[in-house]
Amino acid sequence: MKPRKVNDMVIRFANVNGTGSASANDMFAKAVFRMGIPVSPKNIFPSNIQGLPTWFEMRISEKGYLGRRAEIDLMVGVNPATLIQDIASIHPGGYLVYDSSKLHHTEHVREDIHYIGIPMMQMCMEHYDDPRQQQLFKNIVYVGALVALLNMEMEVVKNIVRELFATKEKLIPPNFKALYLGFDYAKNNYDCPIGVCVKRINKIGDKIMMEGNAAIAIGAVYGGATVMAWYPITPSTSVAKAYETYCKKLRIEPESGKKKYAFLQAEDELAAIGMVIGAAWNGARAFTATSGPGISLMSEFIGLAYFAEIPAVIVNVQRGGPSTGMPTRTQQPDILSTAYASHGDTKHMLLFPRSPAECFEMAAQAFDLADRFQTPVFIMSDLDLGMNNHLSPPLKWDDSRKYDIGKLMSAEDLEIKEFGRYLDVDGDGICYRTIPGTHPTKGAFFTRGTSRNEYAKYTENGEDYVSMVNRILKKWETAKNYVPGPEFYQKSSKSTQGIIFFGTTTDAALEAIDILKEQGIEFDSMRVRAFPFNQEVKDFIHAHEEVFVVEQNRDAQFRSLLINELELNPAKLTPVLNYDGMPITANFITQLITKKVAVS
Amino acid sequence: MTYLKPSFRHPALPKNKVGFTKVDYEGAISTLCAGCGHDSISGAIVQACFELSIEPHKIAKISGIGCSSKTPTYFLNNSHGFNSVHGRMPSITTGANMANRDLIYLGISGDGDTASIGMGQFVHAMRRNLNLVYIVMNNGCYGLTKGQDSATADFGSVSKAGKSPSPFPAIDLAGLAMEMGVTFAARSFSGDKQQLIPLIKAAMSHTGFAIIDCISPCVTFNNNQGSTKSYDFVRDHIEATSELDFVPERKEITVQYEEGRTINVTLHDGSFVHLRKLAPNWDPTNRRIAMDGLQQAKNKGEIITGLIYIDPDSKCLHEILDTVKTPLNSLKEADLCPGSEALEVINAGMR
Repeated sequence: MKPRKVNDMVIRFANVNGTGSASANDMFAKAVFRMGIPVSPKNIFPSNIQGLPTWFEMRISEKGYLGRRAEIDLMVGVNPATLIQDIASIHPGGYLVYDSSKLHHTEHVREDIHYIGIPMMQMCMEHYDDPRQQQLFKNIVYVGALVALLNMEMEVVKNIVRELFATKEKLIPPNFKALYLGFDYAKNNYDCPIGVCVKRINKIGDKIMMEGNAAIAIGAVYGGATVMAWYPITPSTSVAKAYETYCKKLRIEPESGKKKYAFLQAEDELAAIGMVIGAAWNGARAFTATSGPGISLMSEFIGLAYFAEIPAVIVNVQRGGPSTGMPTRTQQPDILSTAYASHGDTKHMLLFPRSPAECFEMAAQAFDLADRFQTPVFIMSDLDLGMNNHLSPPLKWDDSRKYDIGKLMSAEDLEIKEFGRYLDVDGDGICYRTIPGTHPTKGAFFTRGTSRNEYAKYTENGEDYVSMVNRILKKWETAKNYVPGPEFYQKSSKSTQGIIFFGTTTDAALEAIDILKEQGIEFDSMRVRAFPFNQEVKDFIHAHEEVFVVEQNRDAQFRSLLINELELNPAKLTPVLNYDGMPITANFITQLITKKVAVS
Repeated sequence: MTYLKPSFRHPALPKNKVGFTKVDYEGAISTLCAGCGHDSISGAIVQACFELSIEPHKIAKISGIGCSSKTPTYFLNNSHGFNSVHGRMPSITTGANMANRDLIYLGISGDGDTASIGMGQFVHAMRRNLNLVYIVMNNGCYGLTKGQDSATADFGSVSKAGKSPSPFPAIDLAGLAMEMGVTFAARSFSGDKQQLIPLIKAAMSHTGFAIIDCISPCVTFNNNQGSTKSYDFVRDHIEATSELDFVPERKEITVQYEEGRTINVTLHDGSFVHLRKLAPNWDPTNRRIAMDGLQQAKNKGEIITGLIYIDPDSKCLHEILDTVKTPLNSLKEADLCPGSEALEVINAGMR
């Protein structure tokens, strides 16, 4: 018999959406996580509520590689509509776990894979009367079978069931029953464990597993956001939902039971960003969450906030574009449209988180940056990071941390200092602001999207305009030293070749670098964490002869941004582009890079 | 060109209860056309705020884009102002109001800004009963782009720019507001300060969305023969529902009127509106009667003005959302940040 692959596999579940498979699959992923094994689950779902194919893909990697890997070792194929393509996608030597309640056709037969039939539906029909339960427990039956087939710890799975139904205890026994139906059938009919299996190790430490969207929401709660205005759009909706959930737990005034936040579902994205800008103008920390189409709709207002210098935090959970594009698939396609959102000369601060821990940290930090620089700040997440569970360092908060509210004048300040809303008193391009209601006779000014002078008076004078827009650019220069700098994965530059990546390309890129190293090609690497790019980003590019820029869009937008902002020779930057809507893989990166290295 | 307004004022100018003179409520000199109805409305706002003795910094004035939306520069210099984006004043004001519930929000819009590009935000702010005084300076045309018909131009009305009469029916903003369930609806005329000033005062004391649809003739582009928004036409067709006084803080009413012809509506803050009915059977606290009255006037070709409807028990957005009494913008880290211990609990739930 072939040696078993332990703690290193890709499992894919092929389901029909709306059948309860998601919670069973999550349960399975969590069990692997609790056995101390690094795991990265990814939901591949349709833009639909019920009846269409949906997949759940899970990479299990003892080495801790969390990027997607395309080669499927085990397929749980329970959606008849996609079974032929699901079988075709199994890696040679892999396994198909299928529902053997019905006879299968000859086109389902492949000589190079293993078949494990479990009569899931048949057993459910025999053991449950309610048709809804017959459907739901089918999912639990295959989880039970996998526990046997992969040599998992049943007690771990049972504990998850207990926690899940802690408030609905009567559901626990029927779930256990379903688990054992699958488990016993697999044990009695197959040689367990099969050629791929898991084994408890200790590679998790204090890590957590959560979705990026929830982490951003918690970051906003910790960062002091009191106004959240939003309009539903996949894949950002769960940011709003999580913000409300955590506020209900953490932001209720104990004496009165009243809310220390305002949560508003707006009539559209235009209103959502308007509410954020209005709240921030009036001194509250406010944010919205949206995706590419929402950014397009918000663009006019984003220009206002930029020009009138009003803070705003905008979460862009990116998805496949343009237009409605692939609304339930991942991409990084809004780099340019967000960086330069709105008409006229504008550019905006972008933060690129790679993990839930960083989503949390950057969300909290975004409010400080927005207040400090009186400008919109964008958190550039994507569907993969936002809606999938990710293994992540725990969320951290330093209790001595103070909010940086920037240059905000109080009534006392106004008594002793001259106020001109757009006077650059400190020479850093950032002016002092006041909020309504501060002082009865001092500090009032008129905010407008039209050109104005240093005292906020309307002007069409060209000199005043030029000095105003140049001063805003000075602010941009100042910001370079405030935004998070890049992360390097080598102590010092060793190679003539470099790789640049950001956000969710990181996991795959780091794995690719390891693979390339094994092949004898050494790369220095840099993860960019923010725009504007600071000196370190520039230096890294200048220190290397050739630089690969890995990203998930067709037009190499991040590369364009680097070239444009750092005035680079385009020939120096080679794009590595994945844009099929699936998270990028290490193999994809290595194949493209080795091909290009071989050519040059 | 710069317009400078002389700053000298007579030292003996009367002061209101909070120690401010009327000058403290004025703004920069208007750059609108001479005779513009909007300037009269600005004057009424100044007078109303002075008489109400509101400290100027307790008001925020917010507008969209257009001639109407330029006016906040021309009143309340000591209040923060925000001239935002076309048709989006309601969303800016919603956010501002969420940040600080203690200020009075004065939203200024026009008929283009409200009835066309801003229709969506207008109706949704009303639906949420945002605590806002929403004044529409309604002249039936786009003045700043030289007189195109707006969506409130009446069917058959001829503007100076348009050779042919308007082929579309007008959107009646007060009627629409009633349909949307607004909690305070009024219509007035820029040329009738007697009526407009108490209406603005009552709107400012109302808790919730208060719309004043104020017909304000455009002297340059829509004051010609054939226009239904000209000074002459409006004066000839105006019909008031009532005469009203706004009475702050439960002052005693000294003037007596004929039995059955007066109504007192008490507002949240204890002030009340005292109405002398002119239209028979008009009850401004009865939505159905008010809507019927509006429709009847429309059929007769009359422009009904005055307080059309008020819900004295109105609950504003903050009350609906159940937010804390402290303005959200004054909460600090200690109030807002749950701290590391709570975060550890969250982390534990993710393992």
